[in-house]
Amino acid sequence: MSSTNSWPLWEVFIRSKRGLNHKHVGSLHATDAEMAIENARDVYTRRQEGISIWVVESVNISASDPKIMDAMFDPAADKIYRHPTFYDLPDALKHM
Amino acid sequence: MTTLDFETQFFARINKDEKIEPKDWMPEKYRKTLIRQMAQHAHSEIVGMLPEANYISRAPSLKRKAALLAKIQDEAGHGLYLYCAAETLGAERDNLMDELHTGKAKYSSIFNYPTLNWADMGAIGWLVDGAAILNQVPLCKCSFGPYARAMVRVCKEESFHQRQGFEILLALCNGTVEQKQMAQDSINRWWWPSMMMFGPSDSESTNSEYSMKTKIKRFSNDELRQRFVDASKPQADILGLTLPDPLLKYNEATKHWDYGQIDWDEFNNVVQGNGPCNKIRVKARKDAWDNGKWVRDAATAYSEKQRQRKLETKQLA
Ligand SMILES: [Fe+2]
Ligand SMILES: [Fe+2]
Repeated sequence: MSSTNSWPLWEVFIRSKRGLNHKHVGSLHATDAEMAIENARDVYTRRQEGISIWVVESVNISASDPKIMDAMFDPAADKIYRHPTFYDLPDALKHM
Repeated sequence: MTTLDFETQFFARINKDEKIEPKDWMPEKYRKTLIRQMAQHAHSEIVGMLPEANYISRAPSLKRKAALLAKIQDEAGHGLYLYCAAETLGAERDNLMDELHTGKAKYSSIFNYPTLNWADMGAIGWLVDGAAILNQVPLCKCSFGPYARAMVRVCKEESFHQRQGFEILLALCNGTVEQKQMAQDSINRWWWPSMMMFGPSDSESTNSEYSMKTKIKRFSNDELRQRFVDASKPQADILGLTLPDPLLKYNEATKHWDYGQIDWDEFNNVVQGNGPCNKIRVKARKDAWDNGKWVRDAATAYSEKQRQRKLETKQLA
């Protein structure tokens, strides 16, 4: 069996309950989106882990490059003024 | 950065107990070790369905049948989580299947023993899943992210497997004399193969050192085996069954149960393919794959047709 015969890979995202985001849980193989959703139901929600499923073909996901992680995310590191604790205010000021 | 820099960064991460993710730089040996281990683990889950599958239609009640069916379905799920974790490192599913079918890839030797009667469903759940849990719990903290995450899911599901097995044995032990004998006979046959599930003793284990260094593995084979003995002995007492080891004895000094010699010749023999069921197991997997080909082909053809149809309706609109 050559690998070119295998079904495409899909990434599976599950919303565990109302009010929460869909979260990545894993992947699986399926011929199309419909089958991917059906398989995801059986593989990832056997114990009521979800109320909604998203699937997306893995080839359609673009990811940031971990090799340039520092250049990508370091610029946010020294901007402490984006956090509320940066500001020096009198103790008398409650609930702000 | 040079390879050396990457390697330093990699080990710095490992030592800080940070996870390694699939797209991170990693030493080739780490990647290979993980693919081999995850594939082997996945195959064990899938082949592990076979000895129990035989009893779905022979379960003594609807309750037992539903539980056994759910357990076996979980094992299929475990296999799938693990194959998908191996694929994050570039392994191809079809190649993994191929390696199982050609005997190139190994799976846990325990599944090469036959299931002779219903009591074996109890012994497998209690001892085999019990041993698997002890192996798998530390893997939830394994250094490779996808493997660790798959193990968290697996461990959540395993605990019912062991409990349903124990309950099967408990029912037999509270039953007739013959039923209790059945349970004892089953434990006699499954105890030592379960002890072997932790792999060769530390002095003989070839892959252990690197796996410990890269935190794929957190405890040695012998440490985990000792935990298994210590946990199982009091459980056997609750059942009123005797573990088939005349040398089993509580050691006041170490606070552990000392146990007898494992028959490593038997272990090696089974690993090398000469266990009682190696050939039937691989054949069953291969037949399932080959006989399922028309289903896979039909599914591919069906979704191709659907795709075409969608395209046509779009053009018409
Ligand atoms: Fe499992
Ligand atoms: Fe299990």
